[in-house]
Amino acid sequence: MTPTLTQPAAPAPRATAVDVDAAELVRVRDLSRVFDVSKPWLNRMIEREPRKLLKAVSDVSFSINKRETLALVGESGSGKSTVAKMVVGLLRPTSGQVRIDGLDMWAGGDLTALRRRIQMIFQDPYASLNPRWRVDAIIADPIVAFGISTDRAEIEHRVGELLRLVGLDPLDGRKYPHEFSGGQRQRICIARALSSNPEFLVCDEPTSALDVSVQAQILNFMRDLQDQLGLTYLFISHNLAVVRHMANRIGVMYLGRVVELAPTQDIFRQPQHPYTRMLLDAVPDLAMSGRPRKMVEGEIPNPIDPPTGCTFHPRCPLAFDRCKREVPIALKTGFDRSVACHAVEEARG
Amino acid sequence: MPLRASKPSASAIPVPPQDRWKRFFDSDMLHAFVRSPLVMLAALIAFILVALAFLAPWLAPHDPYDLKSLNLMDSENPPSWVKGGDPRFWLGTDDQGRDIFSTILYGMRSSVLISMSAVGLALLMGVSLGLIAGYRGGWVDTVIMRIADIQLTFPSILTALLVDGIAQAVLKGSQLGNSHYLILVVAIGLSYWVQYARTVRGVAMVERNKEYVQAARLIGLSSRKIMFSHVLPNVLSPVLVLATINLALAIITEATLSFLGVGLPSSEPSLGTMIQIGNKFLLSGSWWMVAFPGATLALLVLAVNLVGDWLRDKLDPRLR
Repeated sequence: MTPTLTQPAAPAPRATAVDVDAAELVRVRDLSRVFDVSKPWLNRMIEREPRKLLKAVSDVSFSINKRETLALVGESGSGKSTVAKMVVGLLRPTSGQVRIDGLDMWAGGDLTALRRRIQMIFQDPYASLNPRWRVDAIIADPIVAFGISTDRAEIEHRVGELLRLVGLDPLDGRKYPHEFSGGQRQRICIARALSSNPEFLVCDEPTSALDVSVQAQILNFMRDLQDQLGLTYLFISHNLAVVRHMANRIGVMYLGRVVELAPTQDIFRQPQHPYTRMLLDAVPDLAMSGRPRKMVEGEIPNPIDPPTGCTFHPRCPLAFDRCKREVPIALKTGFDRSVACHAVEEARG
Repeated sequence: MPLRASKPSASAIPVPPQDRWKRFFDSDMLHAFVRSPLVMLAALIAFILVALAFLAPWLAPHDPYDLKSLNLMDSENPPSWVKGGDPRFWLGTDDQGRDIFSTILYGMRSSVLISMSAVGLALLMGVSLGLIAGYRGGWVDTVIMRIADIQLTFPSILTALLVDGIAQAVLKGSQLGNSHYLILVVAIGLSYWVQYARTVRGVAMVERNKEYVQAARLIGLSSRKIMFSHVLPNVLSPVLVLATINLALAIITEATLSFLGVGLPSSEPSLGTMIQIGNKFLLSGSWWMVAFPGATLALLVLAVNLVGDWLRDKLDPRLR
């Protein structure tokens, strides 16, 4: 899917870097994940096929400061959701590190204390709430699981507070998820995520299943929550408009790699990587300024058999010999921004 | 654990009292039920028959277990309205002078008890194993489902013979006395669990990838807790439908096994043993000995089946 600008008037982008020397909360270093997608052993033996490995995420590094939003954008299949799952602790990385407030998430040891501080908001508000559970039980689940409170009256009180916080009636807790609309369900998901008082929220395309009008509501609400509760977000999306509205910094992902990482304003004003430029050029121009719109050329290659060198080279207008041979490494190209591209490095862009 | 707030407390959420009942009476299910007279009739018949079965000790005019009350002079009496019938025995008597009507009530009690326990056992085994197989996947799934496949190659009669044989070998003589019930329950339960396991496994495989399961994993819940408190409520409705239909099948299987002599001995009546005994006297003209238990069995199975079919139509989204 091509990232698209779905809102008529793009809201003002967020200010770059809330606080320049804010404390770092999340640090991800050289994160990789390989999936084994080969056929069963017997089939492989009979058909004489080798193992098939899918490298979903390769050497992804970034850090997120407290109270900041980092967004990861990319087409479907670029590995952004896989990164989110590894950061949140649902999927074990093949290699690399995830550190939250200095604690290594996958080094082993007791994660309970760490888990309380991280929560996730999922893509599909229809699948992320258990249809057979009442809303109050759903929201109370983290409170009970982490043993934050065992007193029933206190839990009920807290659930009521959370429902009010997300703009629902405390009486709604008695209902079942199917009695709510998509936007309301996503609010319930947010209430559940907030019930263990986390500081870090990973949002995996939280609005992509919602109507455009509801999307804006939820996004604004999430921004307000961030200011109010001092939350840190890792925001996954394929929608550039959404990302522009939410993020302080943006990482652009292509085939499992972060190709460009820069503050939001810089990405939109002055994209450096050819892929980022291609994405921005493809955004439909609703202001009818007459800007010629270029389509995104080609499709994302098969990650089981990725192109050699820079994986973007078959689609890249600036590709040359070196791109087919060498994987570009991320180079610092300015304050707080980096790009992984030979063309940019050699100033051919 | 689902948090149930049924007790009114000084909390932010006032609890409406008859919440559950209101929900039940408002539901489409009840509405559809009231609208289909055939199903209502079937449910009524099934209910009456089961009630009769369980109230047998109080309702039956004679006690077929009480050997002292039996008199061989009363044997092979035709029903009371037939010429030569005895007014004491409404549906006639069998070869040992037992009242057919009373024996049917007691026999139905055995049949219903055995089939319910057997279906319960099958549910317990099938649902847990299916849930584990579907949720865990991998080699656990392979092992459980291959065992299920092997189980499926044994007809329930063979399973029953096997269980019976093992029980005979393990328990000697006198101990065997009361174990007939248990043997039947285990035999029928063993031959039915595979269906539940397969159904539950299929649904669990779909459910485990849903985001609500990930949300539960995220807060560090154990697999067991996720399986039984999050996934289980979502796999239960197809299983309940299957259980109703299987209840009828289990009654038939019990009758078949008892008829073949693997089940209950003829001194302990069940619908199956009664038909078996009656069958021997059919050629000598004593038709009542097989006709009435047979008709009761057919009625009971038909009623339970109708209710089960209707439940499936209503609860299975693929048939809606």
